[in-house]
Amino acid sequence: MKTLLNVAVLFLAGAFGLALGWAILDLPVAAVNLPEQLTAQLDMSGVVHPVTAVLLNFRGYDTLLEIAVLLLALLGILALPRHVSDHQHRPFTANPVLQTLARVLVPLMLLVAGYILWAGAHRPGGAFQAGAVLAGAGVLLHLAGLLPAWVTPGRTLRAGLAVGLLVFIAVAVALMAQGTLLQYPPGWAGALILMIEASLTFSLGLILAGLYLILADSRAQA
Amino acid sequence: MNAALVYALTGTALFVLGVAGLILQPHLLRKILAFNIMGSGIFLVMVGLAQRAGTPDPVPQAMVLTGIVVAIAATALALALARQLLDMSGEMRLPEEKSGKDRLDV
Amino acid sequence: MFDPIPWLILSPLIWATLAFVHGPGQGGRLPVAGLILQLALAAMLAQQIVAGGVRVYAVGGWGAPLGIDLMADGLSAVMLLLTQTVALPLVFYARAYFAGHANSLRYFWPLTGYLLAAMNALFLSADVFNIYVTLELLGLAAVGLVALAGGAGPITAAMRYLLAALLGSGAYLLGVALLYGVYGSVSLAALIPLIAADAPAVVSLAAALMLLGLMLKTALFPFHIWLPPAHGGAPAPVSALLSALVIKASFYLILRLWFDLFEPITSVAAAQLLGALGAAAILWGSFLALRQTHLKMLVAYSTVAQIGYLFLLFPLATGVSAEVAASAWQGGVLQVVAHGLAKAAMFAAVGAMIIATGRDEISGIAGVAARLPLTLFTFALAGVTIMGLPPSGGFAAKWLLLGAAQASGQWWWIVVMVVGGLLSAAYIFKVLRQAFLPVEETANFKLLPRMLEWPVLLLALASLVLGLGGGEVLSLLGAT
Repeated sequence: MKTLLNVAVLFLAGAFGLALGWAILDLPVAAVNLPEQLTAQLDMSGVVHPVTAVLLNFRGYDTLLEIAVLLLALLGILALPRHVSDHQHRPFTANPVLQTLARVLVPLMLLVAGYILWAGAHRPGGAFQAGAVLAGAGVLLHLAGLLPAWVTPGRTLRAGLAVGLLVFIAVAVALMAQGTLLQYPPGWAGALILMIEASLTFSLGLILAGLYLILADSRAQA
Repeated sequence: MNAALVYALTGTALFVLGVAGLILQPHLLRKILAFNIMGSGIFLVMVGLAQRAGTPDPVPQAMVLTGIVVAIAATALALALARQLLDMSGEMRLPEEKSGKDRLDV
Repeated sequence: MFDPIPWLILSPLIWATLAFVHGPGQGGRLPVAGLILQLALAAMLAQQIVAGGVRVYAVGGWGAPLGIDLMADGLSAVMLLLTQTVALPLVFYARAYFAGHANSLRYFWPLTGYLLAAMNALFLSADVFNIYVTLELLGLAAVGLVALAGGAGPITAAMRYLLAALLGSGAYLLGVALLYGVYGSVSLAALIPLIAADAPAVVSLAAALMLLGLMLKTALFPFHIWLPPAHGGAPAPVSALLSALVIKASFYLILRLWFDLFEPITSVAAAQLLGALGAAAILWGSFLALRQTHLKMLVAYSTVAQIGYLFLLFPLATGVSAEVAASAWQGGVLQVVAHGLAKAAMFAAVGAMIIATGRDEISGIAGVAARLPLTLFTFALAGVTIMGLPPSGGFAAKWLLLGAAQASGQWWWIVVMVVGGLLSAAYIFKVLRQAFLPVEETANFKLLPRMLEWPVLLLALASLVLGLGGGEVLSLLGAT
């Protein structure tokens, strides 16, 4: 029974893969030329880099929902009932070499995050990459024994986790006054996008670090 | 056939491998990894197929960035649930008992 | 003119995020205010659509295909109204339900808020990639809610649910990637004429992927295995939200894809296959519901069966005359609404019984008729809709479907529907019979707060009245 299922899944998956591979070999030219339209409108978007323009302006609404998805994952983890682990937990040894290294590296990582955020307007970079670097700094501090795991985030921390999404929503609501959801007024687009990205970087750093630091905690309780 | 199509074909293969792994592998960590392989396959198809004319297209690239963030969120939640199961049952796999199949009677 | 479309999405996002900042177990007033507002917005949108036809809203002012378009037609308005109508009484119910268990309440409100935001955004979206993001938001919120109950059972159910949801949305996203690859757009408005003009083989594969992924999320037989433990193991307000609304969101997308986007490439054979799976779901789900010994598992298997009726819509509306197709389509959508209202009422009523008796086995509810007449009455009213007896909404829906089957000469679906109706009567009377038995000596009934009974009764009454006022829903559905 079990082997039959395995064979059936493998056969179906393989057949599907071959059919799909064969079907994409010969496709007509796409009817809609979106890159061309994008290039034509790029000047209006407030940023120079096309991927950032799509993420924060043309399809900024996707990004708004996506921040909610990320916050939601953290929320789902926080909402899990706290279960005290039976597994033996090995306490961190505060390794002085690691601690010194972390103390040197973390300020540099903050600087890099700031640069990546600012660079996103005209070259690859932006809020997500910068937030990931910030989160990396948080994880490094935790591993070096300099930052404790999060037991339950207090109100300040929760506000910090949510501020990126809240600023994004606040901009969307404020812009509703002039008519349309997330339609940046000409001339303001660049500044508004930078403001959204800055608050997103901060919150994304906290959220991504939180995904690690909250899970790190349930082991520490043992 | 050009380089972009090679990406799309690789993506197709990764998707198929990921789906098979997600269904067949009993270990939860392997299932979560298989999900990520499946996701990478989709992203490769998305970017590869769109630039088969030779010019890179920033729109699917932005969509893939969105997709990656969503995949990170899902992976984190899955890992947290898997850890919780490990703590409660001592096993990193889904139990095969009646809750998995249709319960005829209890 | 004030436009309710963006606010239907912003409102739940705002109150969910504020409830999160407020903290665990806090912020229960926000959803009440938010949902009253959203219900008014949905009603306003429905009115605007009846008066002025389909609405398109270009987010960011760009317009598709460069930007993302939102779109609201009769079907979206019906789904939005259903969502807010079911959720508002459940919020009152949930406040009373969790009053005694502050611990399991934790982040219930923000999770519910994001769940509703995801559904409202999904019903309004006209962009296949944007729909993917709303699907993931919906799936993660639902999984988080299932896991709230804690314990090995619910966590296992949540894990299974998450894996099924991720596999489903992965298949959907590959379909989106293929569509973008072929046509260069993800906007429904741009894709519909392009697919009608020319659809290479890969589009059929994309359609199969997207529909299969959504069927997995809708828990159509044989993909239903994740549903009963997830819906049966969650806290009662969560079960009600999931069974009444969440699976309907992916079904709504199947409708959109089948009848709008992929209409030129659908076939009668594929429609008959969907119908056959629906028929299997009706028979197998009802049979298993009858065999259950626990209240919530019985109701959960009843959901598996009722999902089956929705899929009878496809063979009855594909490859038949326009008149028959219209009747089948109306019956299918009415079944979505009727089941949404009735199943929310049924799960909530069963949850109240479990709180009052302290037991979740069917054998433990002897005497409920004497001690909780109102809740049992609610359960019975909801049961009338599930069984499809007149004058309920379920009757109107099944009547339309039967009519379509008869008019198109597809008698085999009539047999399935009649047998399914009898089986559902059997499992509902199994509960009612037990409730009318005399109270056991050892039984210790708790007094229920009014909020655990009255809002639920409203939901059950709504499902009944739907049979009489179904014309209103159908005229909104037909607005173009």
